[in-house]
Amino acid sequence: MRTVYFDHAATTAVDPRVFAEMEPYFVERYGNPSEIHRLGREAREAVDKGRAQVAAALGAADKEIVFTSGGTEADNLALSGFLQRFEPGHLIVSAIEHPAVMETARYLMRQGWEATFAPVDHEGTVDVDAYAAAFRPDTRLASVMFANNVVGTVQPIKELARIAHEHGAAFHTDAVQAVGAMPIDVDDLGVDLLSLSGHKLYGPKGIGALYIRRATRVAPILHGGGHERRLRSGTENVPGIVGLGAALTLAVAALPTEGPRLVALRDRLTAGLLASIEDTVNLGHPSARLPGNVCVSVAYIEGESMVLQLDAKGIAVSSGSACASGSLEPSHVILGMGYRAEEAHGSVRLTLGRENSDADADYFLEVFPPIVARLREMSPLYVKR
Amino acid sequence: MYTDLVMDHFSNPRNVGEVEDPDGAGQIGNPVCGDVMRMTIKVDDDRITDVKFKTFGCGAAVATSSMVTEMVMGKTLDEAAEISNRAVAEALGGLPAQKMHCSNLAADALHLAIEDYLTKAGRSGDVAKVLGKKASS
Ligand SMILES: Cc1ncc(COP(=O)(O)O)c(C=O)c1O
Ligand code: FES
Repeated sequence: MRTVYFDHAATTAVDPRVFAEMEPYFVERYGNPSEIHRLGREAREAVDKGRAQVAAALGAADKEIVFTSGGTEADNLALSGFLQRFEPGHLIVSAIEHPAVMETARYLMRQGWEATFAPVDHEGTVDVDAYAAAFRPDTRLASVMFANNVVGTVQPIKELARIAHEHGAAFHTDAVQAVGAMPIDVDDLGVDLLSLSGHKLYGPKGIGALYIRRATRVAPILHGGGHERRLRSGTENVPGIVGLGAALTLAVAALPTEGPRLVALRDRLTAGLLASIEDTVNLGHPSARLPGNVCVSVAYIEGESMVLQLDAKGIAVSSGSACASGSLEPSHVILGMGYRAEEAHGSVRLTLGRENSDADADYFLEVFPPIVARLREMSPLYVKR
Repeated sequence: MYTDLVMDHFSNPRNVGEVEDPDGAGQIGNPVCGDVMRMTIKVDDDRITDVKFKTFGCGAAVATSSMVTEMVMGKTLDEAAEISNRAVAEALGGLPAQKMHCSNLAADALHLAIEDYLTKAGRSGDVAKVLGKKASS
């Protein structure tokens, strides 16, 4: 059976070229970068190189990059680590953040912080006026994701960062979905903190990084041997760092061709879906959107059913349906955009990537309409026209 | 996460649709995640001669509806009323813990259809007698 992987926002395959670079660091060059003997120095060089690669990809200085165990830890370090230096005050996060930011904000609220969840419009863009109005004299940090993992909407980060600074607050962005998928320059954006993760950009799982602007002070949240300039203790994940550096370098080099290619594929799939299936709506911004994100809501049917039926045809996708989530809550992102629970229920997300071709899109557009028709036949909510 | 039997009932659901001129119909919404299930039955001499379902819900909800229709086909109303949510889940070889609530829908929709039949047949007095026995789970 044909297999089509349309779930790149969940994770990506490690690029074989990346894997080849990582491989020696497991069995042969296994040294601890903190040691001064040859094996240790070799490992240190690999870590330094990885750091330089990540810094170069973001337009940052090497010293501004701290490696973490992934996007989640980078987000935790950004919020908790940065705010630890203050007496509890106020922070702002958008209403559609990934749980890595959302739950960290809730944790901070239990520590005495107050949080405002900045609303988004129907297309998932932060309401800039409401956001600007949320700042208080004691607002220390605003955190808005670069691009949303569910609906793909890309935020006006530069403007949001500027507004935070005008109010004397720092600005963090969770760019886990955007790094490697869109051009990013931390100086042009003016962000103080930026999170990224290896496994979303054809690198390995379990490695990520936090960019910390030079003047921005962050306290560690992991305590120990003082690695990563005391910001993140724990022996470095050397193969992971090598993989992250290599993957990001390759992703940035491929961007000028890969970005437009995915945008074309995305727009063809979205248009094809809306044209071939009645009562289907696009979720998310039509153009300020991740190149590979297709997200629609199909009326009268439920997302997990669609995911399972597509899986039976060899196609991997995901859904924001309540039934498909561990919590049995509909996606807070889709609800936050003002859609009803039923609309979240019928959501399917296709996230495209490197190995997807036009033929994959054709295959999807061929098998999906009959699946929808079958599920609608089965649905008590559907009235045939 | 689903057993092969669940996947089989989900992929090839039995008795989908609505019976024509149903003698009883039951529709219920899932308070947990907002799904909806509808059962229609044909009854002859207190025996279910036909049953069909429609479900707006997850894989487990579809599979449990399908399984319930197989379990009650040809059964007397008394026998059908005794089918519990747990029995349906067990017949499917088990459900993931977070999907147990979906199995409530199928048995509850069936019981509502039986109640509807009895009420329409002018036998409201029998509702308690028939459904009173149902395992409350
Ligand atoms: C927007 C966003 N932030 C954070 C994360 C967490 O990253 P990681 O899986 O590396 O911890 C993800 C991925 O699931 C994500 O999509
Ligand atoms: S019907 Fe929603 S989780 Fe099963």
